[in-house]
Parts: sequence; C-alpha cells; structure tokens
Amino acid sequence: MRYLPKSPSERGEMLASIGAGSAEELFQSIPEEFRLRQPLDLPGPLSEMEIIQYFQARAAENSRGYTSFLGAGVYQHVRSVVADALIQRGEFLTSYTPYQAEISQGTLTAIFEFQTLMCQLAGQEVANASMYDGSTALTEAVLMAERLTGKHRVLIARSVHPEYRQVLATYAKSLGLEVEVIGYAASGQLDSAALAKAKLENAAAVVVQSPNFFGVLEELPALADTAHAAGALLVTTIAEAVSLGIVRPPVEADIVAMEGQSFGIPPSYGGPYVGVIATREKFVRQMPGRLAGQTTDGDGRRGFVLTLATREQHIRREKATSNICTNEALYALAATIHLCLIGKEGLRELALQNLAKARFAASELEKIPGVRRVFSGRVFNEFVLEFPRSVKLINAELLREKIIGPLPLGLHYPELTKRGLVCVTETMPRAEIERLAAATKKILETPL
Amino acid sequence: MSSKLTETGAVAATIRKARQQVNQNEGLIFEKSAPGKRGMELPPLDVPAVDPAEALGAGNSRESIKGFPEVSEIEVIRHFTRLSTWNYAIDLGMYPLGSCTMKYNPRVNEHVARLDGLASEHPAQPADVSQGCLRILHDLQKCLLAITGMDAVSLQPVAGAQGELTGLLMIRAYLESRGNPRRKVLIPDSAHGTNPASVVIAGYEVQNIKSNARGQIDTDHLREFAAEDVAALMVTNPSTIGVFEERIAEIAAILHEKGALLYMDGANMNALAGVTRPGDFGVDVMHLNLHKTFSTPHGGGGPGAGPVVAKKILEPFLPVPVVVQKGSRYALDHNRPQSVGRVRAYCGNFGVLLRALAYTLAYGPGIRQATEDAVLNANYIRKNLEDSFDLPYNLPSMHEVVFSDARQKRHGVNTMDIAKRLIDYGFHPYTTAFPLIVPGAMMIEPTESESKEECDLFIDAMRSIALEAETNPELVKTAPHSTRVGRLDEVGAARKPILRWKP
Amino acid sequence: MYPADYRYTRAHEWIKVEGSVGTVGITDYAQHELGDVVFAELPKVGVTMKAGESFGTVESVKAVSEIYTPVSGEITEINSKLADAPETINADPHGSAWLVKIRLSDPQELSTLLDAVAYEAYIAAEAKAH
Repeated sequence: MRYLPKSPSERGEMLASIGAGSAEELFQSIPEEFRLRQPLDLPGPLSEMEIIQYFQARAAENSRGYTSFLGAGVYQHVRSVVADALIQRGEFLTSYTPYQAEISQGTLTAIFEFQTLMCQLAGQEVANASMYDGSTALTEAVLMAERLTGKHRVLIARSVHPEYRQVLATYAKSLGLEVEVIGYAASGQLDSAALAKAKLENAAAVVVQSPNFFGVLEELPALADTAHAAGALLVTTIAEAVSLGIVRPPVEADIVAMEGQSFGIPPSYGGPYVGVIATREKFVRQMPGRLAGQTTDGDGRRGFVLTLATREQHIRREKATSNICTNEALYALAATIHLCLIGKEGLRELALQNLAKARFAASELEKIPGVRRVFSGRVFNEFVLEFPRSVKLINAELLREKIIGPLPLGLHYPELTKRGLVCVTETMPRAEIERLAAATKKILETPL
Repeated sequence: MSSKLTETGAVAATIRKARQQVNQNEGLIFEKSAPGKRGMELPPLDVPAVDPAEALGAGNSRESIKGFPEVSEIEVIRHFTRLSTWNYAIDLGMYPLGSCTMKYNPRVNEHVARLDGLASEHPAQPADVSQGCLRILHDLQKCLLAITGMDAVSLQPVAGAQGELTGLLMIRAYLESRGNPRRKVLIPDSAHGTNPASVVIAGYEVQNIKSNARGQIDTDHLREFAAEDVAALMVTNPSTIGVFEERIAEIAAILHEKGALLYMDGANMNALAGVTRPGDFGVDVMHLNLHKTFSTPHGGGGPGAGPVVAKKILEPFLPVPVVVQKGSRYALDHNRPQSVGRVRAYCGNFGVLLRALAYTLAYGPGIRQATEDAVLNANYIRKNLEDSFDLPYNLPSMHEVVFSDARQKRHGVNTMDIAKRLIDYGFHPYTTAFPLIVPGAMMIEPTESESKEECDLFIDAMRSIALEAETNPELVKTAPHSTRVGRLDEVGAARKPILRWKP
Repeated sequence: MYPADYRYTRAHEWIKVEGSVGTVGITDYAQHELGDVVFAELPKVGVTMKAGESFGTVESVKAVSEIYTPVSGEITEINSKLADAPETINADPHGSAWLVKIRLSDPQELSTLLDAVAYEAYIAAEAKAH
C-alpha cells in the first residue's frame, strides 16, 4: 500500500526483533472476544486514479455551471491561486500546532500577522489565532461576556443568522444561560424600542450581527451606549467580513466574533472556515483560543510563541475558558495571505465593487412588477426582496435556467414568506444579474 | 551511537538525519509594506459605481485601513515561502507526538477537495444540486460506522473537543428523556484536557477517578463512584499511556448496570481501526479525530473534524441536520424533535470530511495494515529504547509508548530538555509532560507512516541523547543549538503580552 | 526563612496578623514549585470569604495554582503592584509580594494553622515525597 513505507521483509525483521511471531501477537492485550476475525466491510482499496474518478463523479452531481445568488453567511469571493499554492506547501499543510516554538516560527509568525490583520479590520486591540467559524465564535464570545460580567442572560437580535442563534442555543441550554430574542424593526435592524423594554440590568450582553442576516447594517454606537448604560457588553458578529473594507469597524463593540470565510476561503459546502474573536486588551485573559505573542530568545532575536496558555484546556482543564484545542490554523493562514495580496487599497476597492453590484442588482430586480425591497436599512452586498409569489416556486423555475435564486426566508422567519435574501458579490458578472432579472420577470409573468 | 562529543561539548558532527544550511531571514509583512504596492488586481467594475457615503450613510464608511499591508505578489510569495522553511512538517520527517497521530497527509486528498463542483458548493443550496456533496457525507458515514461498530453518526462537530461536547450533550438528552440527566461525569486522571473542559460546558460536574498501579482505570474505584448521579465515564482506549484497557468490558458493565453510559475519546483510534470495534466492547458513544486517525492535515493547528458515532439508543439525539438516504437520493433531515440542536452552522467541515473519505477509500478493508504497522513501529521503538529510558508502566504498548525522564533527571536533565535536544537531531519532539499521571512523561507515537529507516534514526537519536544526558548534561539542557532562534522567553511573553504588530 | 510570627497552611499560604487584619501571601516553597510567576488573579475588595475558599490564582507559564484563604473574613485590600510586577512573587514572597489583606471574622481559626516550625517540617516531608 503506497502510504506504508515498509517492505514485507522489513516487517518480518522488525517483528522478529521485538520477539513477535506475527502481527496478530501485537494485539494480545485486546481481549480475544473483541478481536475482529474478518476484514471490515469497506469500499476500496482504490488507486489514486480511482479516487479522483470517484470525486469527479460527485463533483458532476452538484451545481457546476449554475449561477448562485446565495449568501447567508457563506460568500463567493475572488480567490487567488497564490494563496492556495502557498498553503499547500508541506511545511504549512503538514505541520503541527506550534507548541515547539523553535521549529514552528513560520506558523507562529503568520499567526501573529493574522492577529494583527484581524485587529486592524475589526478596530479592536487583540484578536486570537482562530475559532472554528462565525457561529461558534459568536457562541464563545457570548460565554466570554458571561464570564466577564458574571451575569447569565443575553439579549440577541432576531436579525442574527438563524444558524448562529441555533448554535448559541445548544451551548446556552447546557450552561443555563438565558437567551432572549429581540425582534427587528421595519428597517431590518434590531428593534431598539423592543430592546429598551427588555430588562437589561442583569444582562451580560446585547448581541447583534452587522451586516445582519437580512444584509442590513446595525447602529452599533447607539446599541453600545444602551448596553453599557445597563452594565452589559456589546457583542457583535460579522459574517461577511469583506464589508469591513468599506463599512466603519465595530470599535464600540466589546467583543467581535467574525467569520473569515470571505477572505479567500472556498464555500466548500459549509467548511472548513475560520472564526475569530477580537476584543479589548483588558479582556484578553478571558478570551478563548490560542494566542501568538512576540518575545525574544537568549540572544535577543525576535521570535513568537503561543502565550497566555493558562486560559486553555490543556492547563486549566475543567476551569478553562473553553474546551477548544484544534482551531482553523491553515485557513487563518489562507486568509492572511489573501489579505496581504488584496492589500489596503484592494480591500476597499473589493468592498466598493460589492456595494455597486448589489445596488445594481437591487435596482434591476425592483423594476419587475410586484418585486420590492423589504427593509429600509442600509445594506452592503445582501438585501431582502418581496415577491408576489412563493420564493420556493420561483426558485424551482430559476433552477431550470441554471440559476440558484434567493434564499427563501420563510423557513427561518415564518412571517417572511414570499421574501428572499439576495447576495451579489464582485464575482457576479453584470450579464448574470441581468439574466436573473429577466428570468424572474418571465417566471412571474407566467401564471401558476 | 551517532553522537561524538568533543571536550567543549560542541554539537556532535555525526548526527545522521540532519545538517545545517543557510536559511532565509524575513521580517513581518507589515515591515515590507509601502504605499502604492499591490498584490492583486480586480477586473474592472461592469456596473455603475456607488459613493460609499451615499450608499451607507454619512459616518458609516471607512477610509482604507491604516497599517494594512501594501505589498506585491512576489513579496507575498517570498514572505510566506521563507516562513514555511522555518517549520518542521510531516513531509520532512517523523513527528513522534504521542496522541497526535501525525501520519502522512495524502496529496490526492488535497486535489479532490479542490475540484470545481466540490470546493465551490454553497451549503444552503437546494438538495437537488447537492447530491454529490450529500453522497460524500453519506458514504463517509457508512465507513465510520463500519470501522467503529456503531449505529448512528453526526459529521457536524468540527474538532475532537466539539465531538466530545456533542457526545456528552447526547448523553444528557438521552438521560433526560428517561427522567434524570444526572450530575457527574467520571474522568480518569490520565485524560486529555479537553475532556474535563467539555464536561463543564455540557453542564456536568467533573469527578476525577484515579488510575491504578497499571495506569488503567481502577475498577474497584469505579464501582465506588458509579452511583445513580453519574451520567457517564469518559474513557480513552487505548489509554493515554498507550495501553489497552484490558477490563473495558467490565468497565462498561459497571456503568450500564447503574444506567450510566460509556463515552470513548477516539483520539487513539489508530491502534484499533480494523482490529477491533469500540461498539463491540461496550462503548455507547464516541468521537473520532479525523485530523488524527484519518490523515486530514493538521495545517499548523487545524482544521479538524470530530464526528460522533453512537449506539442506536442515542440516535434521536444527534445534532441537526442529519444526512439521510431516501431511495437513490440524499437529503438533509431537519425534522429531529429530540435533537440536541446544532453545534455548528451548516454541515460541518465538509472539506475535512471529504479528505477523510478519500483516505478511507484508498485503504478499504486493508486499513488494518495501517493499524498493524502503527503498533509495530511503536513497539519496535519501545524495545530499542527500554535500555536507555525509564518505562513507568511495563505493559504491552499499542500505538504509542510512554517513557519517563527519571534516569536522566538524576543528571539534571528533564523531558523538556531531551525533547529540545531531539530538534538538533532533525526530529520534532515527542509529547512532553502528558499524561499527568506520568511525571516527566515522554510520549512517543510514530504512526504507520514511518519507515524502518526513520524509526532507526529516531532510536539512534534518542540513545545518543541519553548518553549526552550523562556525559554532557549542559549540552542537552541548553538545546536546541541548531535552530534559527534558541529557547524563547515564554515568561516575558506572558508577563507583558505583545499580541499584534504596531507601526 | 519562614518568619516565626507568620502562620501557614498546607496549601502553602502564609498569614501575618496585626490586630484584626491579616496579610496573606504564598510561601517561598510555593513560588519555587510554580516557577516564574507571570500573573496573579486577585479578588475584589469587599468580598467575604470562608476559610479554605479559593480567592484567586497565581500563574506561571505552564501552571495555575489556586490560592485559598487561611481564614474567614472580608477582603480589605489587594496588592495592586502585582499587576505590573508579578515577578515580585518570586523575589519577595513573604514581604512585598503580599496578595491580599483580610479582616478576620473568626480569630479562633488561627489556632488551626501551622507555625513556622511545623510548616518547615511539612515541606521537608513533601520534598522527600517528590
């Protein structure tokens, strides 16, 4: 077998040298009743060529050749082959967590750069070396707010990504954390009147997403004031990180939980992605996840090490800030490389292109009779439209045209049937936007 | 012996595996940044441009970010290539890290993960245009169930620790459905740190139970503690000293008798795949580490995946959604009223799951050979190092062996020092100071990916260092001597943390 | 080494009582076991504690030690100098690296603590066990 570097004679030699007559003898410590007599019933073995054929066949059974207008926390953005080539270098791909700093300076330096970039993007003082993704980063940020304030209740906007809220609910249930959901206003933002009515004194945090699930930007300074006045923290999550290229960063937030998938990481049917927590320096000891810190060696040379490890499970065990061990290091690296390539001006230009494409798409679609924007709030590259009939039915027809249409909102928001969430990024050619509009118009002209 | 020691204790010239060479220096990318440089261009905008202040509202937009990098493509390539050369990696040589299973990351897995039609798929797209993705998940599920001897599976958890939490939540939900979730989870003192951390997040209390003189779970002690308020025991099998829990069936029986469940941390599955199945020896629920046993790359710390497999009784509680097959079609089933909920947005780390399937397909039923080679390598190394190092538990080793630094301590040399000196010999250190039940632990797991030659070089290196510890301890205590940076000031880094670059 | 007018616990804390206020710190043995101290987490002033309760932690790079109050009472003062100079705990554990001051609610508790002689005997036995 090509992954096993032993010849049969070497195996024999090695077995003999340890006094074993056969490989079977190596497993004497397993009670006989539990030792398998037959090989497992598994498909394979496949050669490299056959493996590729299997996956190519699967790739042909998906949405190749379709144009997708989906966002909802996962975004199609430009990616560079440079980043992908670099993360495939064996020294990055096949290296371990950098606990042994002297032979991991490559990884540690890149993590330090990642932490810096995340701080710059989010307008915060410290950032960690990654969490699993946006949904779990938000959950961990909420738990962090709970530890910092000693309070066990949070208020979360309904305009936060439904799946992020579901993950939070799973963790909150077992930890006895009370989660109250606050509805949205006509703008699509958190309903601040409803927030004012909710009792904030015993709340650890107010939690929002911006741009939110509807694509609408929240008023963070005002929310921060409201939260702080009641002794609560403002926790904000960002699912579409490219927005930070043009949208004012959440400097008033106490903890920011980001999803970095937009920075050159492919959608890959849900993962792997890269989450980040960024916060104020004074909160760093309550922040979960690994941290790379700068230091020197005995000769005064600059180097980097994992630091403040006493927060983590391998030292603090049941008193750790989190149970997280493995993170998303390789994708933090991919995002770092991507951001270095895109650069200061490129990121702004990228964000502006998104803003422009979405604006164009919205205006084209609103020309269709019966189609109109739903929320009045400002948006980045996603927006909600109302249609004269079920979005699911429209999408079924669009699929025939090889278009994956807007995300129907009725599943997660039962009061929002006939509404769909449209995402348009810089990767969407104008012709495809026009094709979506034309196809939608035609479908709506056809009676059911 | 491959080390030759000079009077002055200079680094031995006859280290066989490695030799020093000039290695490129490199600063931080921010230090190379200069206005006007770009690494990437975008195609021109084909729709009307918008004014951000007008589009977002006054005060809601930002100027370009101060301090953000401005560098060219070649500088990015050079920067990260140079950085990469400062790392050790599996592609360069063995990582004898116990409990990490640093095996070869097959390159075909990288290729298939990147195929257009797989890397490009959006998790919210209709099932009609996702049949390929769903079938990959379903096929992997079947393989994992066959390997573990279980009935139900969730691929959603994205790391071992998350798998642990998910399994514990499922246990809680199951016990709740029977009227009482109970209060405690038993954890052996040899357990990995994520175990007690996960227990707390699952809303349970940790009850530590001691290992016996054989480093195994003390079944008398267990009987004492297995009371009506115990929900489960979390066992690692083989244990973190690399030994199979010989009384596992008895352990399972003690728990089941009291209505408690047996959770297994599957981190050490590399000793078992194809040889035995946890479902057969009484495990109710366990997680797997795909970035260990199933070859998905560590990437400097992640990503991973920690799928949970369980017996039928726990199936209703699986995280939602569940991948199901209906005739010839695959779908995501969200209608799971008893589910513990969702532990991550969307399906989990699909790209990692895909790689694990590619690995499993490469081996097929022959996966047993990998397990045999892993155990053979560990025992071969053990046999050849028993004369040089103290072996605290003289029990049959499976895929890893744990020595201690007791002999070397007499000369003032500890496990950390030996590990650092191993770097000069061209190896990554073994796992130091874990498990906690072995003071001065040296945990060695070669995996099946190591040739006899690499194992011999490792044995050579370790024997040589053992000799150095006696004849020239200072050399070992001040190692490594051959790296770009020496031992770094971790105390300073923790006292005054510098966690980002500032202009 | 171990001041005669201090009292000690088996968890390696010391207390020096003046009137109704006790000054508490960790012993030289404790700082030595811990290694280079990087951080001390202290309670808030005004918090009431019961003897034996944990009131904070002292951390090195690789380990965390809980610190337990030798007596019951109210925390009246914490040593704010330690935030910027945690290394003082290694340098002067019995003096300037005191951790908290506590107003004793039950001075009888002092009689259960070890005196310097008993403490030194205790740590001598501990050292042998290692």
